Amino acid sequence: MELTPPGGRGMPAPPDARSGFVSPNWLTTRLDDLVNWSRANSLWPMAFGTACCAIEFMATAASRFDLARFGMERVAYSPRQADVLICAGRLPFKLAPVIRRVWDQMPQPKWCISMGACASTGGIFDNYAMVQGIDTIVPVDVYVPGCPPRPEGLLYGILMLQKKIKGETLFDPELRVEQLADERGLFLEPTTVDELSEPFGNSVHQTRSA
Amino acid sequence: MTPNPSVATLRARFGASVVRSAVVLGDTIVVVAADRSHEILAWLRDDPDERYDYLVDVTAVEYRDRELPLEVVYQLRSLPRNACLRVKIALAKDADLVVDSVVDLWPGANWLEREVWDMFGVRFRGHPDLRRLLMWETYDEGHPLRKDFPLRGRFSRSEQVRRALGADLRAHYSLEELSIAEAAAALPADLRARLAAAPPTDPR
Repeated sequence: MELTPPGGRGMPAPPDARSGFVSPNWLTTRLDDLVNWSRANSLWPMAFGTACCAIEFMATAASRFDLARFGMERVAYSPRQADVLICAGRLPFKLAPVIRRVWDQMPQPKWCISMGACASTGGIFDNYAMVQGIDTIVPVDVYVPGCPPRPEGLLYGILMLQKKIKGETLFDPELRVEQLADERGLFLEPTTVDELSEPFGNSVHQTRSA
Repeated sequence: MTPNPSVATLRARFGASVVRSAVVLGDTIVVVAADRSHEILAWLRDDPDERYDYLVDVTAVEYRDRELPLEVVYQLRSLPRNACLRVKIALAKDADLVVDSVVDLWPGANWLEREVWDMFGVRFRGHPDLRRLLMWETYDEGHPLRKDFPLRGRFSRSEQVRRALGADLRAHYSLEELSIAEAAAALPADLRARLAAAPPTDPR
């Protein structure tokens, strides 16, 4: 789609972080606002709860903290009808193909929240059985730190995701790219996966042979 | 602390096959020879004076000292006699790690022995279905609880992710787990006849 810079011909396009992207005109901006407003306020979560973070997720969804206040009225336990994947808890390698299948089944547009230390980094489980951050499996939009995060933390992460969605534009093609597996079966470069999985904090004192 | 009286009877009956015994924190431990372990465990279960009818756990221990053997541990309990006995088999680590399966004595040993195979690589002779239990079946890095197993696995993280994502989701369930072979006798006759005519195929 050809987009004209604001101000008409002759005006230099404002600099933009994304290469080749020009700010849209007034009409699409208004349309973006409307679409983003509706999307951000009707996020249906697909809860992928594997551990104690899922208990905090339940508390967040229950009456005291009430996820429904932010448009997440319906927790979709079907990936086909979900907008945001919330991985709550550690993810063992045995479950990696499962969460990948769930992510592939979710229709675009879709987002992902990595809830808690284990989902984001592997947490204390820096061992042979655990995925070191689900961002090596699926693209993550918001990381919620904590072990487990309190419901306020998850709500704050969801509000951050809503803010992020409100800044998106319909005509940015990068936001809608399906990350399909390449011939190696990975979704990222192997060096990137290794880099993301590097130990940090106290884990660096463990040697690989220990 | 007096040892469990079963030890004296075991020594009298099996002689040198009872390698040693000890009492640790009130629990009696008896180490038996691997070649007669099945016979000894069967006797412990069936003898009217022993009656260890409940197998609490099968596990294995590998010590940090390299010269110490790997031990397979059976925790026995006699519900009618309210008694406990821990039976160990010492296996030299440079030889084949093989012991006789006790699934024919206690059917509950099935998954316990599968777990020991999965985590320690001890094979159980005569086990009906010796496959990995906790790790997936195509897991190729070895047996994670062995001392020579690196904490983070043998492969690089990217290789681990690649192999995990390439796993077939349906392969986690084997035909054996999904089959109704064990319940066949309880099935209605017409269903049995239909199954015999067209046996279920492997979903893989």
